[in-house]
Amino acid sequence: MTDAATLLVPPRRRRAGRGARLRAAVYGLLGVVALAVVWELYKWLGPVDGLVAGDVRILPRTSDLAMPHVWDMIARMFEPVTRAEGARVLWLEIVLAASLTLGIAAAGWVVGVVVGMAFALIMQRWLIAESALLPWIVLSQTVPLIAFAPLVKSWGSRIEIGTFEWQDWMSVAVIASYLAFFPVAVGALRGLQAPDRLHLELLHTYSAGWWPTLVHLRLPAAVPFLLPALRLAAANAVVGAVVAEVSTGLQGGIGRLVIQYAGQASGDPAKAWAPIFGAIALGLIAAGSVALLGLLAKNYRRTEGAS
Amino acid sequence: MTNAVTVTGVDKVFDTKAGQVVALTEVDLTVSPGEFVSLIGPSGCGKSTLLRLIADLETPTSGTVEVFGTSAHQARLDQRYGIAFQQAGLLPWRTVAANIALPLELTGMPKSAVAERVEELIALVGLGDFGDRFPDQLSGGMQQRVAIARALAKKPELLLMDEPFGALDEMTREYLQTELLRIAAETGAAVVFVTHSIPEAVYLSDRVVVMSPRPGRIAEVVPMSLGSTGSRADDLREASTFFEMITAVREVLHGGSPATTARGVENR
Repeated sequence: MTDAATLLVPPRRRRAGRGARLRAAVYGLLGVVALAVVWELYKWLGPVDGLVAGDVRILPRTSDLAMPHVWDMIARMFEPVTRAEGARVLWLEIVLAASLTLGIAAAGWVVGVVVGMAFALIMQRWLIAESALLPWIVLSQTVPLIAFAPLVKSWGSRIEIGTFEWQDWMSVAVIASYLAFFPVAVGALRGLQAPDRLHLELLHTYSAGWWPTLVHLRLPAAVPFLLPALRLAAANAVVGAVVAEVSTGLQGGIGRLVIQYAGQASGDPAKAWAPIFGAIALGLIAAGSVALLGLLAKNYRRTEGAS
Repeated sequence: MTNAVTVTGVDKVFDTKAGQVVALTEVDLTVSPGEFVSLIGPSGCGKSTLLRLIADLETPTSGTVEVFGTSAHQARLDQRYGIAFQQAGLLPWRTVAANIALPLELTGMPKSAVAERVEELIALVGLGDFGDRFPDQLSGGMQQRVAIARALAKKPELLLMDEPFGALDEMTREYLQTELLRIAAETGAAVVFVTHSIPEAVYLSDRVVVMSPRPGRIAEVVPMSLGSTGSRADDLREASTFFEMITAVREVLHGGSPATTARGVENR
């Protein structure tokens, strides 16, 4: 290494500060606290019967039935589910239901990612496939889930191959994957099309075909597009699983509890909120796990630019 | 001996929305093995297009391009040349060593042989300790060295370079010019080098091909009587023969009238 060359070396890149991450966590927590404060303030100051203009309710009621205190909702979590002898504590019931839903959502996510990637690869490979498929992929998301969830369940119940028998949870996973595949297909397609012309020409001069170009260039270049798509897919899979549990009537999941406890809200208003918090936590856990995937792929998020 | 490059009667016409654009017309050019030839001319003279034709990144509208006696297409498939562009074009997720290794990996070379060759190349371009750095941790000049090492990975007998130092500062540029001459001499590769800097073309080349625009064609080929390229060093930049050659190229560029300046050509 010559002296002149040493002079050309910029200092090593600054790593993202630990302080920045801590600050983000504090702001996130403050946001949640702020929401609770707004809730309680409105409950305290708002009209008990809400505000009705003509037939339209503009402001909600503030009664304990409609808006339980935040601390009541939290306290309810640590009481038994029912007054029956040997009933589980509510938070445990929620955790058990949530883990069932999480498992189903994860299965749906995996299927959705595989299908979404397959669509993206086909659309990248053949331009005509992009024009033919992309509008349908977008259109697919406008179909109301509630409408076709029972259909999926009844189709599934007719599937029986050898010893394999279709389970009800599989219908839920299929519906979850139906929501999950969309961001992956669109995000991966954009990512696969992202490489610079320069890089593509370079691979061309190595007489590299479609497959080596995919492996060495398109897939790595797609990672920055893929990570947010996978996170969105995880959140979608959770929403899909919860909604599908409700509309196919699957027992034991968090979706079922939302409906069941909502039915008991007149006698136990705070209880109805527990599965809602459970569903929120589920979404956060799902999206967070995918974010961890992103840490493994951090070298693929580098840019080319010289500093 | 077979020529490194033989371009015969080449025309290149691009179809654009605004109609046909003639990029090159009636171009004939030969490059001998080991020879350093620069293409110079104002913007739009088709010098980059000519390089891309040799690289088989474009196909000629008429005429033929041969590289080492085979068609440019076959030469690309056989990977007879290495190429470097104005942007280094390194893959940002690969380290310096992995970037240089890429063309070798694609040929299915065994890992140990790849590692050995990469080490040689890193030494050749003077990147000693930087094998495990990522491109965003390098300066533009160092990125360009990596690009040159990558172009040399498969020991090509022909190196195609499209303004590789165009985006660098003058100091780095002069430094890398001398390095390039050393590397070309060590490897014995022929070089076709596109530039818009007259001193750069003169310093580097055995012959300078001066091109003129609208339509792009070769105006004149100016031989550089400055001794073998491998023996040149920075003191040449202050020699009177160097300035004579610069004047010779400049006069051809300006069509014999030194008063007008061809657009897009640097005289520094």
